[in-house]
Amino acid sequence: MMHFEFQVEGGNFTKAGAASSQLKKILKQLNVDPKIVKRIVVALYEAEVNIVAHAYKGDIIIDIDTQKIGIKLIDEGPGIPDIEQAMQLGYSTASPSVREMGFGAGMGLPNIKNNSDELRITSEVNKGTIVELITYLNQ
Amino acid sequence: METGNFHHALKIREDLCIGCSHCMNVCPTEAIRVKNGKSVLFGDRCVDCGECFRVCPVSAIIIDHDDFNYIFDYKYRVALVPAVFTGQFPEDISLRQIHSVMLELGFTHIYEVENSVDVLSETLDAYISKNNETKPLISSFCPAIVRLIQVKFPALVDNIIRLKPPLDISAHFLKKELLSKGIPSEEIGIFYVTPCAAKIAAIKDPVGETNSPIAGVINMDFLFNKVYRQVKQRNNQSCAIPLSPKLSGKSTCWSLTSGEASHAKGRCLAIDEIHNVIEFLERLENEEISDIDFLELRACDESCAGGVLTTSNRFLTVERLRNHADSYHAKDEPVHPDAFRNPTSESDYLNERIFIDEVKPRSILKLDENMAEAMRKMEKVNRIMQLLPLVDCGVCGAPSCQALAQDIAQGEAKIQQCIFIQKILEQKGEMSLDDSIEVMQGIWGYGKTNKYRDIKGF
Ligand SMILES: Nc1ncnc2c1ncn2[C@@H]1O[C@H](COP(=O)(O)OP(=O)(O)OP(=O)(O)O)[C@@H](O)[C@H]1O
Ligand code: SF4
Ligand code: SF4
Ligand SMILES: [Mg+2]
Repeated sequence: MMHFEFQVEGGNFTKAGAASSQLKKILKQLNVDPKIVKRIVVALYEAEVNIVAHAYKGDIIIDIDTQKIGIKLIDEGPGIPDIEQAMQLGYSTASPSVREMGFGAGMGLPNIKNNSDELRITSEVNKGTIVELITYLNQ
Repeated sequence: METGNFHHALKIREDLCIGCSHCMNVCPTEAIRVKNGKSVLFGDRCVDCGECFRVCPVSAIIIDHDDFNYIFDYKYRVALVPAVFTGQFPEDISLRQIHSVMLELGFTHIYEVENSVDVLSETLDAYISKNNETKPLISSFCPAIVRLIQVKFPALVDNIIRLKPPLDISAHFLKKELLSKGIPSEEIGIFYVTPCAAKIAAIKDPVGETNSPIAGVINMDFLFNKVYRQVKQRNNQSCAIPLSPKLSGKSTCWSLTSGEASHAKGRCLAIDEIHNVIEFLERLENEEISDIDFLELRACDESCAGGVLTTSNRFLTVERLRNHADSYHAKDEPVHPDAFRNPTSESDYLNERIFIDEVKPRSILKLDENMAEAMRKMEKVNRIMQLLPLVDCGVCGAPSCQALAQDIAQGEAKIQQCIFIQKILEQKGEMSLDDSIEVMQGIWGYGKTNKYRDIKGF
C-alpha cells in the first residue's frame, strides 16, 4: 500500500498536469501495464485541469496497492450545481480566457468516466467538489 | 542492473578511460556509472544516441565498425551512402570526384540510401491514412528514438510506424537488382556508411525485424577522411562509372530535420535533439498534446547532419544539402545506361518487405517485474532520498542522488558511496577514515583519490 498527496493551485495552467505526470512516473516504476497507466494518467490529468480551470485550490490523494489505484481530488471552489448535466459531452461553463488556452470543450468529465473503472462525484455549491476514481489493475 | 542482450556499437575502452564522468553526466537514460575509476555502461539502458561519445575528452568511447578490408571478401562491393555523406564535402568537390575516389578505394558500386524515399513516402501516406485512429504516428526513421521509446516511453511503442526506413528498403532493392543480373548472393556485399552508432546497432540487432541484407557497416568519419585525402591529393574530375540516379530534392533532404514531416499528410511536427524529444514525449504520454497526426523525431540536433560520426559542421551540411536540393531538375539529369533503376520500378517487391514486426516495450523504469516487490523497492528509494543531500554532485559514481538511491534499492550500490553520508558516519565514529578512502577508491580508482598525497613538491 502506498500513499501520495499533491496540491493543485487554481488558475495556474503552467503547473496543470504536474500530479498526473508524477503519478505516471510512479506507475511506470511499479511496472503497471502501460495501457492502464495511460488510462489513469488521462483521467487524473482531466480532473486536475478541472480544479485549475474551475476551482480555487485542491488536494489530490492517491492510494496504490497491487489490486487497484484510488484517486481522490478534493477542491475548494464553486462546486457543480447539476452533476448530471456537467457529465454530458460538450457541456462546459469555461470562461473565454480558459477556452483561449485550449480547454473548455466539455470533454473532461466524460473522458474521466471512460478512463476509470469507478467514478463518484459529490459537490456542494459554493464550497467545493470531490471527485473519486478507482482503476483496477488485474482486468 | 542486468545487462540486456542488446547490441551496442558503442564501447568504452577500459584501457583509455580516465573515469572523468563526463559521459555519465550527459547520458539521457542514465546508463553510465563510474566504478574502479572507469565508466561502466548498462546495456539495457543505452539507446545508442552517442551523447557520451561526443563529450569523451580522451576518445575512450569508440563506435565499433567493420574492418574496411572486409569489403574485399565480396566480389561485388556496394557502398550504400546516405546523402549527409555527400554533404560532408565542401561545395567545390563534386559528387563525381567523391564517387570516383570511392571506386578506387575498392567499391564496385555506389548507391545513395535516399533513392528509396519515393517508395517509402507513398506507402507512408497510405499507412498514415489507414492507421488514423492511432495518433500521433511516430516515424521509425531514427533507431535511437525507437530504442528511447522502448525503454523510457513503453506506452508509446504502438505509435511507432511499422515501416522500414530508407536504408533497409534500399538494401533490399540493391540486393534484388544485383541478384537479377545473375550475381550469386554470397558475392554481394552491401556496406552502409553510417553517420551514427544507432544505425549500426539497428543493423546488427534490428528491432522488429529478423535479418538484414546489409553485410557490414563503415563509419562515416573514417571513410570521409580516406576519401577527402585522396581527393585533395590529386585533382581527378573524371568518373567513368555507372552513376546512380541523382536524388530528388525531397530525397536529398529526407534525413534532415523536417525531411519527413514536411511531406507527411495532416498535422505534422518535426523535433530534433534527444532532450527535446524526451521533453515532448513526456507531454505526449500525459496526453497533454493531442491531434497530431505524424511526428518526426530525431536524436541528433539538425538530425543526421549532426550524427556523431559526421565531420563537417552540421549547419554547413544542411546548407549544402539544401543547395543540392534546390539545384535539382528532374529533366536535365542524364541517366547512365548501367545505373541502377529507380526503386519505384520494384515497388511491389519492396512493399512486401517494407513492414517491421511489433516493437516491444523494454522498460528500464520498472523497479521490479513484480508489483509488490516494486512497491517495496520504491519505498526504499523514497526513504533513501530523504537521507541524500540532493545536490547531484556525482561523487558517488552515479549521475544523480535519485540514480544512487535506485541503485541502492536494487542492491547495486551502497549508501556509503555518498560523500556527505561518509562525512557524518566518520564523525559519528561509524566509519573509519581508511574505510571511507576505500569506498572512494572503489568508485574513482587509486590514482584520482591519492593525487594530493602522492604528488610531491607542490
Ligand atoms: N472541479 C470543478 N469545480 C467546479 N466545476 C467543475 C469542476 N469540474 C467540472 N466542473 C464543471 O463541469 C463542467 C464540465 O467539465 P468538463 O471537464 O467535462 O469540461 P470543461 O472542463 O468545461 O472542458 P474540457 O475539460 O473539455 O477542457 C465544467 O465546465 C464546469 O462547469
Ligand atoms: S549512447 Fe547515449 S544512451 Fe548510450 S550510454 Fe551513451 S549517452 Fe547513454
Ligand atoms: S538523427 Fe540520424 S544520425 Fe542521429 S541518431 Fe538518429 S539516425 Fe543517427
Ligand atoms: Mg475539464
